[in-house]
Amino acid sequence: MKVVVDMNKCQDHGQCVFAAPDVFQLDDNGRLAYVSDPDDALRDEVEEAADVCPLQAIRIEG
Amino acid sequence: MATQRIIVAGASMGGLRAAEQLRGAGWTGAITVIGDEPHMPYNRPPLSKDVLAGKAPFESLAFTPRPNVADVEWRLGTAVTAARLADRVVELDDGSEIPFDGLVIATGMRPRRLRCEGPAAGRHTVRTLGDAEALRAELTRPGARVVVIGAGFIGCEVAATAIGLGVRDVTVVDPLPLPMVGPLGGLLARSLLERHEERGVRFVLGTGVSGFRGEERVTGVVLSDGRVLPADVVVESVGSVANTEWLDGNGLDLADGVLTDGRLRVGGLPYVVAVGDVARFPNARYDGVPRRVEHWSIPGDTAKHAAKALVSHLTGAEADLTLFAPLPTFWSDQHEFRLQSFGSPGLGLADVRVLDGDPDGDVLVGYHCDSRLVGVVALGGHAAATGAARYRAQLLKQPALTA
Ligand SMILES: Cc1cc2nc3c(=O)[nH]c(=O)nc-3n(C[C@H](O)[C@H](O)[C@H](O)COP(=O)(O)OP(=O)(O)OC[C@H]3O[C@@H](n4cnc5c(N)ncnc54)[C@H](O)[C@@H]3O)c2cc1C
Repeated sequence: MKVVVDMNKCQDHGQCVFAAPDVFQLDDNGRLAYVSDPDDALRDEVEEAADVCPLQAIRIEG
Repeated sequence: MATQRIIVAGASMGGLRAAEQLRGAGWTGAITVIGDEPHMPYNRPPLSKDVLAGKAPFESLAFTPRPNVADVEWRLGTAVTAARLADRVVELDDGSEIPFDGLVIATGMRPRRLRCEGPAAGRHTVRTLGDAEALRAELTRPGARVVVIGAGFIGCEVAATAIGLGVRDVTVVDPLPLPMVGPLGGLLARSLLERHEERGVRFVLGTGVSGFRGEERVTGVVLSDGRVLPADVVVESVGSVANTEWLDGNGLDLADGVLTDGRLRVGGLPYVVAVGDVARFPNARYDGVPRRVEHWSIPGDTAKHAAKALVSHLTGAEADLTLFAPLPTFWSDQHEFRLQSFGSPGLGLADVRVLDGDPDGDVLVGYHCDSRLVGVVALGGHAAATGAARYRAQLLKQPALTA
């Protein structure tokens, strides 16, 4: 599974962090950092994270 | 046996999430989503922000449906005009009738309009993509004088976006003494008022609107105290009305949206559920009083819960049917500030405390009921919103309020 976040869209809401904390994090400045090739076992969480992104900036490939 | 069918009425965020969650809950029968807008589901929050500002083309608003809804039938540009719930049939505006086994009510809200005489041209609301595009075209006319009626979230967002677009003359009118004071309380409302005024938004507060001036199109807004505000563009953001007329005649409680039980089922019928803005549900996290919650987080939360309840009833599958107890979350972007809310600040307006920072800068405010934290709101830069998130776990752990 590949995760792509459109960083031009991302506005650092952090909702993805609640949904999938192993994949998405906010750094000390409140900016998003993420794992782009998470384990497939995390698919449910990542799908949830994509759903709850207010900007719909998260895409899952494969 | 004929294929079983679930009908989803309303093709916006709630309708899409419902279809996805029905499949997620194991529904293999047919799903038909019926929506009166011509578009596939799209995201509304940017309408009063980036769309008005010209920063978000339609392609960037459309939701990407999950692959599990590839076989769902979408009937767009089609309204549901009536339902006979006991017979399990809906009627459409093209004259057809569709039988169903299960029904998801996801018809949302429409803007409330002021019932004042006057020309219609120049008066806008913001709910749909068409609304936002029409308003944008008028805001960008040089020298436009803009009057926003209603100092709630959408009114204040529109005012801030207009200032950001370079509109010089923006006035917000509201009968209440402060903007957004109902949901947020005085402390943050005063801070927001100052931030808006510093950036050029004018407020006329404590006064309602009694009419409009103009022949062909609006030229002014008449206030209840008799004053007239000159206006070329008027935005009415005075609340919303639930789209439930099509459910009339079924003996449902439609006093404010559709009343549901704690599993989002409607009218005691286990094969009818409601999701999103239109659902008036009790939240087991709080006092059991059914309320509508017009937050972006709710269509997804309700869809997940309602789909499980509906599919388990229709298929006899086991499901975890706990009572619905979402933690509401809400945000609003105005000028360079973000409001970020977790929980239900509205239930704790009698006991508001600054948790961190101060109201002139980044501030974090806690709302309490019986000394228990029920909501947290941050106002400031993006980092302030991250601060509010620190309280999310605490809010989730609080015991339920009792009725
Ligand atoms: C301008 C704007 C800005 C917002 N900003 C924020 C924000 O910053 N933060 C936040 O948390 N929330 C925000 N929200 C709220 C959020 O967008 C809503 O909570 C969400 O859209 C609700 O989704 P829904 O599917 O329940 O209802 P809706 O989006 O209202 O969808 C209902 C759909 O059903 C259709 N319909 C109605 N009647 C019928 C019928 N009889 N037959 C067929 N179709 C019908 C409607 O046309 C509509 O397409 C904003 C809303 C608006 C309008």
